[in-house]
Amino acid sequence: MLPELGQFALILALLLALVQCALPLYGAWRNNAALIALARPAVAGQCVFVVLAFGMLTYAFLVQDFSVAYVAQNSNTSLPWYYRFPAVWGAHEGSLLLWVLILNIWTVAVATLSRRLPDVLIARVLGVLGFVSFGFLLFTILTSNPFLRHLPALAEGNDLNPILQDPGLIMHPPMLYTGYVGFSVAFAFAIAALLGGELDVAWVRWARPWTNVAWAFLTFGITLGSWWAYYVLGWGGWWFWDPVENASFMPWLVGTALLHSQAVTEKRGSFRAWTLLLSIFAFSLSLLGTFLVRSGVLTSVHAFASDPRRGLFILVFLGTVVGGSLLIYALRAPKVAGGKPFNILSRETLLLINNLMFTCAAAMVLLGTLYPLIGDALGVGRISVGPPYFGFMFALLMIPVVALLPFGPLFRWATADWRATLRVLRPALVLACIATACAKFVAPDLPLRGLAGVAASLWVAIGIALYALKRWREAPAGRRYTPEMLGMIVAHFGVALFLAGVLITEATSIERDLRFAPQESQRIGGLDFAFRGVARVQGPNYLADEGTLEVRRDDRLIATLHPQKRQYAGQQMQSKSDIDPGVLRDVYVALGEAVGSDGAWSVRVYVKPFVRWIWLGGLLMMCGGFTAACDRRFRGSPVRTAETSAAVPDHPVELPA
Amino acid sequence: MSRLLPLLVFAALCGLLGFGIWWNTHHETNEVPSPLLGKTAPEFTLPLLYEPQKSLSRKDLLGRPYLLNVFGSWCPTCQDEHPFLMREGKSLGVRLIGLDWKDEPEAAKRWLQQFGNPYETIVADEDGHAGIDFGVYGAPETFLVDAQGVIRYKRIGMLTPDVIATELEPQIAAVSAGAAP
Repeated sequence: MLPELGQFALILALLLALVQCALPLYGAWRNNAALIALARPAVAGQCVFVVLAFGMLTYAFLVQDFSVAYVAQNSNTSLPWYYRFPAVWGAHEGSLLLWVLILNIWTVAVATLSRRLPDVLIARVLGVLGFVSFGFLLFTILTSNPFLRHLPALAEGNDLNPILQDPGLIMHPPMLYTGYVGFSVAFAFAIAALLGGELDVAWVRWARPWTNVAWAFLTFGITLGSWWAYYVLGWGGWWFWDPVENASFMPWLVGTALLHSQAVTEKRGSFRAWTLLLSIFAFSLSLLGTFLVRSGVLTSVHAFASDPRRGLFILVFLGTVVGGSLLIYALRAPKVAGGKPFNILSRETLLLINNLMFTCAAAMVLLGTLYPLIGDALGVGRISVGPPYFGFMFALLMIPVVALLPFGPLFRWATADWRATLRVLRPALVLACIATACAKFVAPDLPLRGLAGVAASLWVAIGIALYALKRWREAPAGRRYTPEMLGMIVAHFGVALFLAGVLITEATSIERDLRFAPQESQRIGGLDFAFRGVARVQGPNYLADEGTLEVRRDDRLIATLHPQKRQYAGQQMQSKSDIDPGVLRDVYVALGEAVGSDGAWSVRVYVKPFVRWIWLGGLLMMCGGFTAACDRRFRGSPVRTAETSAAVPDHPVELPA
Repeated sequence: MSRLLPLLVFAALCGLLGFGIWWNTHHETNEVPSPLLGKTAPEFTLPLLYEPQKSLSRKDLLGRPYLLNVFGSWCPTCQDEHPFLMREGKSLGVRLIGLDWKDEPEAAKRWLQQFGNPYETIVADEDGHAGIDFGVYGAPETFLVDAQGVIRYKRIGMLTPDVIATELEPQIAAVSAGAAP
């Protein structure tokens, strides 16, 4: 009974989504207050039914109702209860429902937190979000119904993919989707502004905190995913340029460009068309990611089971949403470049470079991801371009961004004095050079990439610190740092940590596949690894071979590691590595195969310096995004700020003469 | 016009994606005429992946037909192809030789350890020179070479069960029949 109720709730939600889309948009067009007022109740109603449907599916997993096909495919009786929740979104149908649920939560948040905005604008915003929700609900019901029965019920289900049986997975998809889907809000604001023809800068101010929060969630989701891949997949890598990873990375890149372009538009009125376009792009790439992951057009290590009907549906939906919004953009975008004029040496120019580089990077990733498809279309066969292409191109595009980053906050709007700025930044340049020289002296065999990591990281970190110091000295107490500025400083520190992590890890990691005889000891990267044999252990729903390795430095025991090879109930194998984490280096071991019959095993051993800094950087960027979204200007802004917004002081940085 | 540009680019993208769906449903044969078909396989001498001190050359393989599968641990399509090779590789009736193309040997070994090793022998073409000689477009690619060392069949892109049944197996039968007498 309950699964049918869930399905019924989905259908009701679909109808309410149609109401939420059609009536308020029509009302806003005809200026009909009654229809405009329908937007918020429709949002609430739709959300209630989506939550209900999601609850029904979760309940089916908790009580293990194997008469529901989706439950039977993705869980079995030995699955511990705490993995039955993530099992809900462990495959295509359920994760789609999660997508819809998160979209509804965002929509409710917009509806409740935007009481101060004009009703007409909010009606349009909620209408656009309603359309997106309608499309996804229709998709769920027509092609991917999670409530389909499988009668008679199976006695035992298939297992949840063991790779997904991990605490990281409980958090990773919801965070990632919250970010992805969150860009729909910026998108809806942009479309609402285009539809209403009110292309002043007010809508940008209202959209900014939403973009910041969505971006922060996406950053967190990607960071979590990277960390999860690192310790679960057992390959020791943290990023693989896999199509599914790229699907989440492209919206992030464009979202990063959008954050910066929104700042310019809000404060200076410039880049208006560009901000509109980026708002559309960021969300379009989220949709495109959904298409790529679920259509089977591209194949990936962790793509969902594919079905051409699904692909066709999403393509039509993608065409409608993105094609429609780009058409509206073509018709309504501001014809003249607005905003205050700016010099070639100005903060605007730097942010424009940032925008171009990030957009190019997203286009580069898109091209690489679609490469196999282009190969098919040109008749030269399905070809993959791998990490060599992505790694090289991405580094190339990011060099100017990193080099210019410290200048960004120090340059003034409109016209900047580069000599003065350079004087402020001189300590950063000098210190970065000295430290790099020291690094070369301390670790003479550090490759060039590692040195570049030290230099770039210090250049960014010290550059940002000098900016913070300057604010501290020059601004009156109490007004030194607005949350927006603080967020910027924290996020850019995150960039510095990330740079150090990536470049040093990539340059200096040690990776070895070794054969260990029982009690054998081997020396790798200055550490002694002693193998103490393999034993059988029983987990909650798996049987594992567990190895024991003792790690010593100069005869002092620093860690005892227990990598496992697990055999799950569904006959699936999964290796579970063990890691001795550290701020300056990780020791990572994964168990391979038994070699011969004398108890010897092959073991993969990695020593990865600074690898944790990568995720630490990601977390700081996330914190920066959340902090910036808290700025008081975004919260309390009354309805009529359109005229005054440009006059709001933007905390100019005074440079010494 | 410049305002229409994003729309036009997007329309092209949609066309490409639509093509992708159509291609996946209607088209399973990736045929590109290869100038090497019917010619002698190019000369090569490559180190073995698992025993780099030993090497394998074209001459060592003469006498019996073999299937040369170009793969790399970095290549997602190879990963899709892999289960089919695991399942059907042993029953094809010819030796399956892996050519680990433009890949780091350690990464390839990890990959094979994780997903299984369907190959009888694997040679490592780390710098990709043998791939150039074979005219490899991209991974995966598969060559069927007969006992005299002549390339009889070539497949660009992944081998699917369908391709194996309708194209590869008849070709193998023909090659084996030619080799028997």
